[in-house]
Amino acid sequence: MPAAASVSDRRATAAGERGGVPARAPQLALLAAVLALLPLGFANNYFYEVAILVALNAIVCIGLNLLIGYAGQISLGHAAFYALGGYGSAIAATRWGWPVWLSLPAAVVAMGLLAWAVGRPTLRLKGHTLAMATLGLGVIVSIVLVNEDRLTGGPDGMTVPPLVVAGRALQGEPTWYAIVAVVLWLAVWLAGNLIDSPVGRALRALHGSEVAAQTLGVDSARWKLRIFVISAVFAATAGALTAHYAGFITPAKASFLHSVELVIMVVFGGMASIWGAVVGAAVLTLLPQLLTVLKDYEMMVFGAVLVATMVFFPRGIVPTLARLVAKD
Amino acid sequence: MGANWMQFVAGGLTAGAVYALVALGFSIVYHASRAINFAQGEFVMIGGMGAVSLVALGLPLWAAVPLAVAGAMLVGLLVQRLALEPAQAGGQADVVTLIIITIGVALFLRGLAQLVWDKGIHSLPAFTGSEPMHLGGATVMPQSLWVLGGSAVAVLALGWFFGRTLLGKAMRATAINPLAARLMGISTRGVMRLSFVLAAALGALGGVLTAPITLTSYDVGVMLGLKGFAAAILGGLGSFGGAVAGGLLLGLIEGLGAGFVSSAYKDVIAFVVILAVLFFLPGGLVGARGSERV
Amino acid sequence: MSRLTATLRRFTRAALPLALPLLLTAPAAAQEPIRVGTFLAVTGPASFLGDPEQKTLEMMVDKINADGGINGRKLQLISYDSAGDAEKARTFTKRLIEQDKVDVLIGGSSTGETMAAVPLAEAAGIPFISLAGAVVIVEPTKKWVFKTPHTDRMACEKIFVDMKARGFTKAALISGSGGFDKSMRAECVKVAPNQGIQIVADETYGAADTDMTAQLTKIKGSGAQAVLNAGFGQGPAIVTRNYKQLGLTQPLYQSHGVASKEYIKLSGDAAEGVRLPAAALLVADLLPAGDPQKPVVTAYRNAYQDKYKTDVSTFGGHAYDGLMLYVNAVKAAGSTDKAKTRDAIEATKGYVGTGGVVNMSPTDHMGLDLSAFRMLEVKNGDWTLVK
Repeated sequence: MPAAASVSDRRATAAGERGGVPARAPQLALLAAVLALLPLGFANNYFYEVAILVALNAIVCIGLNLLIGYAGQISLGHAAFYALGGYGSAIAATRWGWPVWLSLPAAVVAMGLLAWAVGRPTLRLKGHTLAMATLGLGVIVSIVLVNEDRLTGGPDGMTVPPLVVAGRALQGEPTWYAIVAVVLWLAVWLAGNLIDSPVGRALRALHGSEVAAQTLGVDSARWKLRIFVISAVFAATAGALTAHYAGFITPAKASFLHSVELVIMVVFGGMASIWGAVVGAAVLTLLPQLLTVLKDYEMMVFGAVLVATMVFFPRGIVPTLARLVAKD
Repeated sequence: MGANWMQFVAGGLTAGAVYALVALGFSIVYHASRAINFAQGEFVMIGGMGAVSLVALGLPLWAAVPLAVAGAMLVGLLVQRLALEPAQAGGQADVVTLIIITIGVALFLRGLAQLVWDKGIHSLPAFTGSEPMHLGGATVMPQSLWVLGGSAVAVLALGWFFGRTLLGKAMRATAINPLAARLMGISTRGVMRLSFVLAAALGALGGVLTAPITLTSYDVGVMLGLKGFAAAILGGLGSFGGAVAGGLLLGLIEGLGAGFVSSAYKDVIAFVVILAVLFFLPGGLVGARGSERV
Repeated sequence: MSRLTATLRRFTRAALPLALPLLLTAPAAAQEPIRVGTFLAVTGPASFLGDPEQKTLEMMVDKINADGGINGRKLQLISYDSAGDAEKARTFTKRLIEQDKVDVLIGGSSTGETMAAVPLAEAAGIPFISLAGAVVIVEPTKKWVFKTPHTDRMACEKIFVDMKARGFTKAALISGSGGFDKSMRAECVKVAPNQGIQIVADETYGAADTDMTAQLTKIKGSGAQAVLNAGFGQGPAIVTRNYKQLGLTQPLYQSHGVASKEYIKLSGDAAEGVRLPAAALLVADLLPAGDPQKPVVTAYRNAYQDKYKTDVSTFGGHAYDGLMLYVNAVKAAGSTDKAKTRDAIEATKGYVGTGGVVNMSPTDHMGLDLSAFRMLEVKNGDWTLVK
């Protein structure tokens, strides 16, 4: 593990200092090209729908990856931020009459503040205790959303008004694909900048050994909290966008199972890898759509695929593949 | 009001005893491999559903129960052998990877259970009849006593095994220092397998003991896995006494919370209490407050 | 008249009778199947609903095709498992509409799944027959959305009417935290005063809870004369067992969500005396000979039990009704044109189904009234009709 970290470290720093041109530029350009050209292969709106869902999940996973892969923390309750981002915007727009172009960013900001408040005591815990604490908080949010039905509509959920910008309601799959593609690109760009900056180095030091990092002057508590807040903001943004796209939100979005799904996507795709987060989100969103033809066998096959992938790609898909390529 | 209080406690302890058995399973696996086995709840399901189908085939209860537990133990061995060992062998798998593998295993087992059995809800006949008993103002089903008794016996048996037998001590040695244990001739691989088999046995035992009260179905493992994990952490992951204490305490809080505060929010109350405990005692109630290796 | 024209005339007069059958049969040979799209909770927490629904649709589609199809066209069932999840339901609905290009949607086992699909059906202009219970699906009426199950409000009304007839004025509610439970609980709270019933206790339990003695202990001390358990799945069975364990003597009412033999089996002798509103399907043998529903429910029940070797379920019955309503609409409209079939469904009058006799209208997209529910009581481990 230490060897791999230093190799990728060296690569990143060398690349970052290469003539002032950020090494991520070709990757970002490629992403932009792929996102722009992908719709050419879409036969109907269902394809757009799947692509939109993949992109939204990828946004959450990029943020969660920063927390799990780079900062070395764990969160088994991240779905709560996702769901509260959606519910926050939906409740403000429906019950308090706010316009959606205001309620959406407001909900995201609110989640950032919540993450900051909750993160300070929680991130003092480590390992399984931290896992349990985040799990507990997520379950509490989930139960409250189910029971406070006057506010949230209860277990059957609530309808969410569409996003209206400059008098026009943004509806329809192609429109939303454009919105979500832009946000995804921005998320990748932001995360890349974060990792290539001194902040990123501090994070990786943290992950390697928190105590060693502290002896080198890294204020681990502050950095952990910041990344926690950033990952919550990513999740809330994706959650709010999903709510306004689907026109609907249910408490299931805050469930423990959803939190676990998100963690699986991150680990499956590869921790400490932005592309890993995107790949993990893509594969694990597409897989159920493909496996659904297996009907009763779907759950079994999905479980088997998960086990096999983690056995053969223990670091996740992207890092293991990258290693194989590097060896050659 | 006094009688009510007793009833809340009785109900809470019955549920708590099941959580304790599941938590014990978590602790045993963690003790041996530092991994969380998220398939633990599925062993409970296999025990319960296995016994149900054996009884449906015509076997008497006293034969179906041990067979179901044995079946679960076999599944546990296969899981360790086929899913976890290949990952651990490479030496690259870190704890998170192993956890995701156990989640995959849980999904696989649940999906398989849907096909082998069905999606319906099933019950087992109570071991010694279903006439409620009156104890100190509360009514208790005889099966509840089986659950509590069974858990107590399991804990005592584990204590004897780990404390007094050579095999048990070998397992504890592996948990403390795997390298040293291997140098002393203890097979780490054997210890891992045995831990899984034991964890499966405990889970399945919980499943057959409670199926007459709580009913069972192919997806009963999800919630139990979650609560058992919470109980194990509450008590202190890796500690057997802690697992039992955590399980019983969790059940008690749920019962008293439902009775005195709000039945809708009893799980919230339970988790709030767990969080409060963890903030002050990060190692859990009984957990080691030791130092961390740097 | 020229010789050419005369020859053409003679030719046409001779050829037409031969050509006509050709013109009619040629399209029939190349007939497209009628695509029925469905998304159901076959797995997951609502599989109690979705599994019998799926089985019923498969069975009936096979049967109708074996009998020659509709208007010479075969039915093709395209089904997805939404596992009780509203987002999956939405994605699969989109897939059915856009990718599979179905002619009708019959599905949505739970209210959450249905409501997620409603905007898509409305926007695409495709008839959608929901199999979920909550009253909000058809109130306010939506142009393209219909439903076959009785509403939860009707279940509450039926129960409270029965309570009033027995002279009760105080009742306790106990319900779970699922969508069905909460929706029915809310409706019951609303309609109880109509029958002069006061709700003196209102307890809830979690979806996977295994012990409700705490909640029932509180109800015991509340002064309630009868208890209503709104829920489905294993919760009500455990409530029933705990009820007997604690020695509660007040009459217990269950919801139509547990109208199945499985409930009686799981509750054991604790189920004695429990009453619930249910569709005639459950007591097919007890119906008097002149009951219009008797032939329909008996035939469906026998077919289902013969094929699947398991007890019939009310929810499977709702799927049966949904499919038959559509099939009848296609026959009446003479085509699968979405607007025409929608109009035909809305014009359904006197359809005798497993749930009751259906009379729809532009303001009533469900078509059942309170008489579609029968009040049943468990006696000696089996259902009996309460007169």
